[in-house]
Amino acid sequence: MPDHDSAYDGLLESDDSHWAFGTSFEDPLAGVDTTIPDGVDAHALGEYALMLGDDALVYSHRISEWASRAPDLEEDIALANVALDLLGQARLLLARAAAAAPSLVPALPAGSPVPPEDALAFFRDERDFRNVRFVEPENGDFAVTVARLLVFSTYRLALLQRLVGSRDAVLSAVAAKGVKEVTYHRDYAGRWFLTLAQGTEESRRRLEAGLRLVWPLHDELFRTTAVERTVADQGVGVDPASVADEVDVLLEQVLSMSGLERPDVPPSGGVGGGTGRDGRHTEAMGRLLAEMQVVARAHPRGRW
Amino acid sequence: MSEGTSEATGGIRDEWPLYEIFVRGKRGLNHVHVGSLHAADDEMALRHARDVYTRRNEGVSIWAVRADLVAASSPDEKDPLFAPAGDKVYRHPTFYAIPDDVPHM
Repeated sequence: MPDHDSAYDGLLESDDSHWAFGTSFEDPLAGVDTTIPDGVDAHALGEYALMLGDDALVYSHRISEWASRAPDLEEDIALANVALDLLGQARLLLARAAAAAPSLVPALPAGSPVPPEDALAFFRDERDFRNVRFVEPENGDFAVTVARLLVFSTYRLALLQRLVGSRDAVLSAVAAKGVKEVTYHRDYAGRWFLTLAQGTEESRRRLEAGLRLVWPLHDELFRTTAVERTVADQGVGVDPASVADEVDVLLEQVLSMSGLERPDVPPSGGVGGGTGRDGRHTEAMGRLLAEMQVVARAHPRGRW
Repeated sequence: MSEGTSEATGGIRDEWPLYEIFVRGKRGLNHVHVGSLHAADDEMALRHARDVYTRRNEGVSIWAVRADLVAASSPDEKDPLFAPAGDKVYRHPTFYAIPDDVPHM
């Protein structure tokens, strides 16, 4: 497996004259030490990177479904940008997962040019995905999407801000890049949340319904798995339970500014004692993966 | 989404005001007009402009101006305003020999 050269290898030609305006893209991993730090359980590090990467990958795919369907052209592009930011994070995190724990990567036919991060994204079955169930359900209307994005980006920003201090230089660099992106996502969702809450009777009704719909899976975000406890103890990961209070305070601020009540709905139970991080997913997940993976699986030797 | 179509039957939808967007590129000195978009207010116009016009690393600064606040010349006045400049070639300092070692001319 090649070591990291550039996160954008293959995306950028050396000649940048074909770009109409922007050039000089930054490689978030330039000059970053990719060795696994001393005393770190490499397999746990890989499994942890897979969790954060799967959150981003699955949610990115879900949000990208808004493309061409959002209420306005401007919102269409804004949501596509959010999806692309998350996809970029997913790519780096899945690549890190594959480098730290090669046994996680599904086997492909000999000679397949599919890179390990793509193999993880497109050739794993549902039970092997480690994302929280919060990011799986269908988008619903715009208000549901805003409610879900507000909760998720508040949670992820709090996680990434702590992950910048990771002893793993790659996770730290990915987190530093992600903090800037998710700060914008949270800001975007927060503004729309307030706008819908204080807009018309109809927009407020839909937002309240949306918040009730997404809330039952919200507790799962802060449930600590054995892998997360291990990487937190070893100084390379973040225990999600440690951000629960901060996220709660931030959401409470938005709720009180909006004049909305916290939904009084019980948390969703697990499936067979497990949740998303254990590979137990919602009904919507299978359909999402089918659409996301079908083309890649039809061409396991494809070059993209 | 389908519930939103009732607006379509009621005639023209109320649209957000139009904004003209100017972006200053990394290598450019001036803000350059890049296009226009709709937004509910100034703040949203800046965010929309960020999303629509700077997603390929184009810009380091954005101006958004309400289109109805731009004072624009009328196409009807084109001749009186601009035609007189068309034949005043002597307004260009092209009749001087410039030494080779004078830069930036």
